[in-house]
Amino acid sequence: MDFDFSEEQNLLRDSVERFCADGYPSLEARQARTREPMGFSEANWGKLAELGVCGLPFSEEDGGFGGGAVETMIVMEAIGRNLAVEPVFASGVLGATAIRLGADSDQKARWLPGLIEGTTRLTLAHTERQSRYDLHDVATKARREGSHYVLDGQKSVVLNADSAGLIVVSARLSGERRDRHGIGLFVVPADAPGVTIEAYPTQDGGRAAEVAFANVAVGADAVLGDSEDGLPLLVRVAEHGIAALAAEALGSMSALHALTVDYLKQRKQFGVTVGSFQALQHRAVDMLIALEQARSMAIYGAMMVDSADAAERAAALSAVKVQVNKACRFLGQEAVQLHGGIGMTMEYIGAHHFKRLAMIEYQLGDTPYHLRRVADDGGLIAA
Amino acid sequence: MDLRFTAEEIAFRDEVRSFCREKIPAEIRRKVSEGRGLGKDDVVTAQRILNARGWAVPHWPKEWGGQDWTPIQRYIYTEELLQAAVPLPQQFNCYMFGPVLATFGNQAQRERFLARAANLDDWWCQGFSEPGAGSDLASLKTKAVRDGDHYVVDGQKTWTTLGQHADWIFCLVRTDMEAKKQRGISFLVMDMTTPGITVRPIITLEGRHEVNEVFFDSVRVPVENLVGEENKGWDYAKFLLANERTGIARIGLTKERIQRIKRLAREMPSGAGSMWDDGDFRGRVAEVEIELKALEITQMRVAAKQGRADSVQPDPASSLLKIRGSQLQQAATELLVELAGPFSLAAPARGGGGNNPPGGFDWVDAAAPSYFNNRKVSIYGGSNEIQHNVIAKGILGL
Repeated sequence: MDFDFSEEQNLLRDSVERFCADGYPSLEARQARTREPMGFSEANWGKLAELGVCGLPFSEEDGGFGGGAVETMIVMEAIGRNLAVEPVFASGVLGATAIRLGADSDQKARWLPGLIEGTTRLTLAHTERQSRYDLHDVATKARREGSHYVLDGQKSVVLNADSAGLIVVSARLSGERRDRHGIGLFVVPADAPGVTIEAYPTQDGGRAAEVAFANVAVGADAVLGDSEDGLPLLVRVAEHGIAALAAEALGSMSALHALTVDYLKQRKQFGVTVGSFQALQHRAVDMLIALEQARSMAIYGAMMVDSADAAERAAALSAVKVQVNKACRFLGQEAVQLHGGIGMTMEYIGAHHFKRLAMIEYQLGDTPYHLRRVADDGGLIAA
Repeated sequence: MDLRFTAEEIAFRDEVRSFCREKIPAEIRRKVSEGRGLGKDDVVTAQRILNARGWAVPHWPKEWGGQDWTPIQRYIYTEELLQAAVPLPQQFNCYMFGPVLATFGNQAQRERFLARAANLDDWWCQGFSEPGAGSDLASLKTKAVRDGDHYVVDGQKTWTTLGQHADWIFCLVRTDMEAKKQRGISFLVMDMTTPGITVRPIITLEGRHEVNEVFFDSVRVPVENLVGEENKGWDYAKFLLANERTGIARIGLTKERIQRIKRLAREMPSGAGSMWDDGDFRGRVAEVEIELKALEITQMRVAAKQGRADSVQPDPASSLLKIRGSQLQQAATELLVELAGPFSLAAPARGGGGNNPPGGFDWVDAAAPSYFNNRKVSIYGGSNEIQHNVIAKGILGL
């Protein structure tokens, strides 16, 4: 058992933290990035690609850096700590995982160079107006026409779709809307005829879009894996997504907790620092406990996300999401409360952490959703 | 980074696991699992079996019967005992008095007491808390006045756990009335049969005799019973309390309770099926399990850190383990009462009742007492509020 990073992992951590410190020196700098046309700085994205972040999870023979879940955790923690808005999650985690686990060698040869260099960005389109968090609830249709597939349907809240070159879309070739079989994952160019992207900002400073597919034709070589049994792949992508969100949340919560403790030491009322009040000290300690428990679960997520046992993996990642979601809400609310008025303002970075943490709860499954999954599977401890 | 145990650690775990299940009598483990009180004989029997294997005091120095285990091995050992519902070695002997004596006692004292403590030939109890000294332990008033080659002890201790079984007591006593609070305290041991010592039971809310008051009325104690230096007792007490916090999260105990709840829930009728068919109940169990999984990893992180030469100080994270660990122990007992539901009211063990257990369930009468009794775990060993203070000061710098 070993909880330390390797030398290479420490190097990665240092370089990503340095990138973030340079790219995000202040809240003003971060807010300026969110106002750029794509919602982030393309130059920064290029620097991330140079650091190897875009090609991180791909094997060295594929031209990547051979990083695993721990490397992703390191990157996402830094992203969260600095509230970075580059589409590392949408492209480098969700999209890249779909390609890494689903693409054949021809497809990899086609997409990987652009992905690893950062010239091609990806995103994942899986949410529909009725699906909530069920990955298998897919109304978007796919049909075969000769050697092609034609897609029709509508996806919601697709992260960074307006800056993506390729969209990985779940669509149904057969079966009923909620069947687990019959779903395929298709890689669709964002500029393909029939694709409409209506982009908007998200509550936490990011970007997303409603994406419509109207008679969108793609080749047979656009399918990842089995065209009618794509759900297991989509599930794995979402599991990697949960592990990454846990790490991002951890970074954001660490920053927010540090800000809060710092504030308690500086802010004076009644002639003393407010941190001298036991009522506030104990709340700051409860925040720390929630943070450390979330850190443990982020580590657990990184360890379990590549487990070969699908049932064990599903229960573990759901457990991770429950614990991290609860910590996001608790830490975020407590931080705003302990800051008082300043915590309510747009000009204070803590408020932006609060918002990001609040939104993480509703990505890839909220607390009741994942708690029910753990409970219905009989829990984590065998009786 | 790797969460998995090594092959050696797995082999060790399996060895402890099968030893617990094969060698410790099932009847004793059943009592532990059901939260029924253990008799003195049960504790002695279990500890002697462990001691014969060299496993009663593995964390002691090797020359006094300890094992050269890594912190991970110690963690595995404790968790396996708890999960197998084996009573842990008597805590006052093994986790408190023994380590203090091995570290601060003189050679004659070590030879006289340690082996007997490990084998539970002597039963030790703790005389720290007083009616006016709880969380503020250093305000204790029991005094020991030197008279030739004896101390004369007067005062009162309280919350003395299982003092009714004890052969010996280790006490914090005030030996310098002038010095500042912490400075004038000494660590003194006494034979419980010494004239002037009186033990009075305190019956705790669940109806059991677990704790006592101990009165000292001109008790004459030979000076050779002083451990370490006079007036240095507070240092030894701090050392002891740090020891007490190790493993205080009791992850394995809560795991065992959850397993049992899951089994019993399948047999407890509710609606058209069982309590286990109730999704809300399963959700509440799952919530505890998830928090417990997080704490298990937190505990492993602490243990892995302890294993490194560069961190010899007690990790303040152990306060975190104490807080969350006690909350989860309590949460599990709450779930059990909830599961017992209407039957939790019945208390045939307190007298009356025929041969039929309430509703035909032979475990329900112990559910509420276990819940009642477990309120103590967030109070003893430094209350959770004190642990909050420790973290606020030691980690957050507030």
